[in-house]
Amino acid sequence: MENNAFYVALSLLLNFDASLFQIVALSLQVSLLAVLIAALLGFPLGAAVALWRFPGRGVMIVALNALMGLPPVVAGLIVYLLLSRAGPLGEWGFLFTPGAMVIAQVVLVLPILAALSRQKVEELLGEYREQFVSLGMSRSRMMPTLLWDARFALLTVLLAGFGRASAEVGAVMMVGGNIDGVTRVMTTAIVLETGKGNLPLALGLGIVLLTLVMLINAGAYLLGELTRRRVG
Amino acid sequence: MKTTLALTLAGLTSMGLAFSAYADDYITLASTTSTENSGLFDALLPQFEDATNIEVRVVAVGTGQAFEIARRGDADSLLVHDTAGEQRFVENGYASERADVMYNDFVLIGPADDPANISDAQSAAEAFAAIANAEAPFTSRGDDSGTNRAELRLWEYAGVEPDGDWYRELGSGMGPTLNTAAAMDAYVMSDRATWVAFGNPQNLTLLFEGDDVLFNQYGSLLISEEKHPHLKHKLARQWHDWLISEDGQQAIADFRVDGQQLFFPNAK
Repeated sequence: MENNAFYVALSLLLNFDASLFQIVALSLQVSLLAVLIAALLGFPLGAAVALWRFPGRGVMIVALNALMGLPPVVAGLIVYLLLSRAGPLGEWGFLFTPGAMVIAQVVLVLPILAALSRQKVEELLGEYREQFVSLGMSRSRMMPTLLWDARFALLTVLLAGFGRASAEVGAVMMVGGNIDGVTRVMTTAIVLETGKGNLPLALGLGIVLLTLVMLINAGAYLLGELTRRRVG
Repeated sequence: MKTTLALTLAGLTSMGLAFSAYADDYITLASTTSTENSGLFDALLPQFEDATNIEVRVVAVGTGQAFEIARRGDADSLLVHDTAGEQRFVENGYASERADVMYNDFVLIGPADDPANISDAQSAAEAFAAIANAEAPFTSRGDDSGTNRAELRLWEYAGVEPDGDWYRELGSGMGPTLNTAAAMDAYVMSDRATWVAFGNPQNLTLLFEGDDVLFNQYGSLLISEEKHPHLKHKLARQWHDWLISEDGQQAIADFRVDGQQLFFPNAK
């Protein structure tokens, strides 16, 4: 029985293991905070690129699209070199803390949120353009309207960003250091247990992580459906 | 929407609390995967914390990466196993002090049917040569870790060039390397601690041990105050001194996995 990953996952959850709870809580905190920060920066950025015409706009769109595929370990390495004591931001003393993990995940998630919201807002802008012109609206006034009306699509974009953040391991491993009780999250714990040869436990943790991501997606879906119905 | 916002804000506030709730008195220790994976730190750190109220945060990486972390000033203390590399680290001024802490040994692991017949070898050099001659699959860490450096020295010592299809450099930690060796029935050199604590041996078994050249010394290093004045040198000194103190040495000797002692204290 103890060699069965589903059994391990179930007993981990039912026993409400304290260290597992801490790992799960930290995973959620880091990834949700990273997605929130990335959204605050990325949605306005995406909308701005959709609305304004400026030199280098094409380059920017290509760059944002390409950065959606930024390997997590590269993002981790860049943030590591920035936050290292020998690096430009070393004074902050951020390396090997949850804060460093949030920064690394923001770097990973920001391009996804910006690139996808740019596309959604641009589509919507095509539909609304004539109304906007007839109302004589300025671009900066259009931005909040477009973002608000694209909110259901942006919710899906947020989930894509959260998926990226919660699933990656390369960046948080590098800048967090997988320190027990301080920077250990679900994915780094899975890597560690795999390394120890505790494959059922590793897979059990994986099942817990998947269940969690599933619940969050279900919650977002319900929220979307409910508000959509209310809006009519 | 307002509730969502309120919830998010509440969540953020609690996150801020969680992020700042850690003790002030802690040091960051760069160490190796073997000490972490075997569970040694789980046994040592609570005892040290009880004695001094200092929390030790372990970043477990390969020895090469641990040196790099310490060189950049990102760790307060270093516990690794590459004596030659450690001495160079002191000579180059990155560390101010080095002390022997404990040792264990490397063992040769391989498939139970032992195609290269290394269990009959009289010495480690003979065993390595036998693997090369039989061109039996061998998985190497290939990650510039202490174990990897020791393994490369042993090939040299055996007078054979590890080269060819049979020699596979994985570039991963001890545990993942053992997992890979198990999956492809390959020979592999491991530190004893990781091997004994390893949970997925499948068809692998211990085939050769006991040669003096397989001796694996661990050393503790204090990072140079001159190079990195911002580090917590006083706390790191307490950790370093505790490790080589009678209490620390006893704690190392008392650590057992399945009734087997995995690290042998030898501070002078």
